[in-house]
Formats: sequence, C-alpha cells, structure tokens
Amino acid sequence: MTQVLNVQGLSKAFTMHHLGKHLAAFDDISFTLAAGEFVLLKGRNGAGKSTLLRTLYRSYLPHAGTIMFHSSFGEIDLARAADVDIGLLRASDIGFVTQFLTARPRVAAEALVAEPLRRAGWDAQDALAEARKWLEAFGVKRDLWPAYPTTFSGGEQQKVNLARALILPQKMLLLDEPTASLDAGARAALVARLADLKASGTAMVGVFHHPADVEHLIDRVIDLTPDVIANEERDDVAV
Amino acid sequence: MSLTLAAPQLVSMQPLLRLDNVNKHYGKVTALHDVSAEVFPGEVLGIVGESGSGKSTLLRCMNLEEIPESGSYTLDLADVDGNLFELDRFARRMLCATRIGIVYQNPHLGLLMHHSSSGNVAERLLVAGERRFAVLRQKATEALDASEFPLERLDAPPVELSGGMQQRVQLAKAIALEPALLLLDEPTTGLDVSVQALVLDTLKRLQQDRAITMVIVSHDLGVIRTMADRVMVMRRGRVVEQGLADQIFQDPQHAYTQQLVHAKL
Repeated sequence: MTQVLNVQGLSKAFTMHHLGKHLAAFDDISFTLAAGEFVLLKGRNGAGKSTLLRTLYRSYLPHAGTIMFHSSFGEIDLARAADVDIGLLRASDIGFVTQFLTARPRVAAEALVAEPLRRAGWDAQDALAEARKWLEAFGVKRDLWPAYPTTFSGGEQQKVNLARALILPQKMLLLDEPTASLDAGARAALVARLADLKASGTAMVGVFHHPADVEHLIDRVIDLTPDVIANEERDDVAV
Repeated sequence: MSLTLAAPQLVSMQPLLRLDNVNKHYGKVTALHDVSAEVFPGEVLGIVGESGSGKSTLLRCMNLEEIPESGSYTLDLADVDGNLFELDRFARRMLCATRIGIVYQNPHLGLLMHHSSSGNVAERLLVAGERRFAVLRQKATEALDASEFPLERLDAPPVELSGGMQQRVQLAKAIALEPALLLLDEPTTGLDVSVQALVLDTLKRLQQDRAITMVIVSHDLGVIRTMADRVMVMRRGRVVEQGLADQIFQDPQHAYTQQLVHAKL
C-alpha cells in the first residue's frame, strides 16, 4: 500500500514560562500510515492522544522528530514545514475533525459547510448544493440550513461541524472524538462517510471515546500509554 | 525548544509583500527593530501586541505613510519594482491610491466627514484617473454594495452615519480599485459587539469571494482569531513570535505570547 505518513521519533513537550516548567506530552513516537488505513489511538487520559493529533496537524509544534507526509505536491516534513505550506496542505490534503464547531456569528450553516469547497476553488452555487447534500446526510433539519449555528444545540452544531470537516475528500484525516454528543442517525452517517473515504484511499488517525462505533474500520491500534509496546497489530479493538 | 521551520517548499508563489530588516525610531523610542515579514497572495496576516508594540507603525510603513530609517519593502506586482521606501512622494501616493487599500480605526483619518459617502469612494477613483461621472457613480455604488452599505444612504455624509457604517464607507473606498493589498488598522475597535461581528463578516466574505490579501492589526485577539491565517506577535518594536493562527493561540512558544493568550477572557 502507498505510504501516506511516516512518523519517526516524534516528541512534544509544553514549556510553561510562568511556572518555569517543561511538561512532557509524549516522547519518541514512531509509526507509519498507508493510504486507506485507519489507525486508532488509545491510552488513558493524558497519555497524549489528542496532543499527537494536534501535533500532526501542526496546531502544536513538535520538539523533536520527523513527520514525513506524502502530499499531493510532493513529500514534506510536517514537523518543519513552513507555515504557508501547512496552510496549503490544510486546504487540500489534511483534514481535522473535532467534537467542537468553531461557528462564526452570523454565518449560515450552509455557508459554513460550503467554505472548504470555496477555498478549494469551487463555484459558489455548486459548493452550496454540495453543502446542502451533506447537511441532509448528517440529518440537519432543512429549516436550519440558512440559520446561524451559534444558536443551535450542541448535537446540531456537531452535525454541521462534521458536514464541514468531511465534505472535501482528503489524503489524511485526523479525528478527535468525532462521535461524542451525536445521536444514532448522525453517528451512522458519520461512520458511513468514513467508510467511503477509507475505501477511496483516505488515511485516518483517530481518537474515539467509544471505539465500537468504528470497530469495523480499524486496521491498527497504537497505544500511547507509556511502557506499552507502541505499535501493535490489531487483534482486538475492545479498548 | 521547538524545531526550526524550513523555507516554503510546496507553495511555489512568491510572497506578495515582503519587508526586510525595517528599523524606525521616534526620537529615542524604538518603534520597529529589524522587523521582517512576508505575506503570501490570498493570505490574511494578523498582527497582535499591546499598545506601543509597533504594530500600527508597521502597518503605516506598509501603506508608505511612514518611511523607516532602514529596511526594504517590495510588492510582487506587475509594474512595481525595487524598494518602495525609496520611491518619491508622488510615486508613493499613486501606488497607495491604486494598489493598496487601508481602513483606519478612526474614520476621520480615512474619510472626508462632510462629503457624501459615494463621493468619498469616488474620490479614490478620481485619483486613479477616472473622470466619467456615470462610471464614478456606478463603481462607487458597487464598492459600497460589496461592503454591505445600505444604498439608500449613498449621499449621506459619514458625519451623519454610525461608527459601523463609517467603517463600511472606508472599506468601500479601500476596495473600490480592487487593491492587491488591504490593510486594516483596528477596523472594529470601538464598535458595538454586534456591529463588530457584522463588519468582520463583511471582511471575511470579501476575503473569500475576492481572495484579497490582507494585513490586520488589532489588540483584540478574538478579531485576529476570526480573521487571520497567520499571526505575528510584536512587542517593543520586535517580532517575538509568528506562526499559524491556531498554533499561536493553542501552543504559544514565547513567554510574552503565552501571557497575552492566557490573559484573554
């Protein structure tokens, strides 16, 4: 299988200047990820699962190691890539799905969902039509499409968030507990979309509170709990 | 310590704006110390820092209102060559009028308060050489419309308008000639929260529809977070840190940035 990601010796610590402290998050992590592969991160609270996802996305800056990513534009080390290159990759190759929507005041749900397509150069009308298709798929009521998500319930906001995050197929998708606070219908739509993306070659790394939701998609489990063999073959996903 | 970042390798384009080693003093006060910056086409750069950090001085240098003692400034545009700080006064004025738009915190700096709103926008077109009245009127109306200004008030002078509306007139004037670069100096400071959200929306929409390259200066981190792709943090005339907006807010490296980000409510 085509390799998408090769992480070697990745370490992250936070320096808190006001406390004069250095707080280690994870140390010397290595793994690879192939196209269409789904890797589940597990480990107890504070083991660094979300921190690893954010470091791969470069919301956090790593302290050591390399993150070689085979982008559509060529191979690049995400640990050292220039900010402007990371910006380009986020618009085209790397997606991040969280459980929180960053809604902006007075932006309609459908406009928010269409935004990634607009940024990728889609025509406004086509982007809007595609956005509506995904709002429908995730079960957002039609009346809410032109409304502002800042006024929605947590569950409805999350559906808008997923539609936005998953609308554009990407090479690599980072999933930070996307099933939290979803109803059964939306969870089914999410799992179906992830299965489609996986089949079309999207590589995924995810943290799931209830891994049973995505059990049939998981190829491998990486345990971040210190002193556990870092990279185990999947034999059981009852995490 | 974190890793040192490499030069851009995937983005093949040149930065639209490039400042190198800019130094500016006011008497003994250092306003800018060896400041360098790059802004790529279509990007929004946010500049944050406390009062007196040099952020507004830097913006005025980008608008060629201030000429520093040393440093260079280039814009990657057709017919624009060399260090712009070395242009004569007339060339500077033409360049700013035609290729750079600016919105000031204080509308008095950008507008003639007793002229009509459409006249204020048309003035920008006149400087660029447009003389046909019908075209002036039409283009001014279009720019005001794009800035979401109520068209039934075209002839009202800014002095009769609310703060939010005055900012829209400034914005219309700034974008009337489709500038390559839009500079925003605290564009929403002093506006009501609801009006502030509307002005930011308009800016965001313009950025999305026209891919205008923007530099926005604000001490309001919420504004920067909403608008910017990348953020530059300034203190006492120096750049202390720069990075992707989410990285600056989630994983600030410098002690000063940590203090700034953690002080946000």
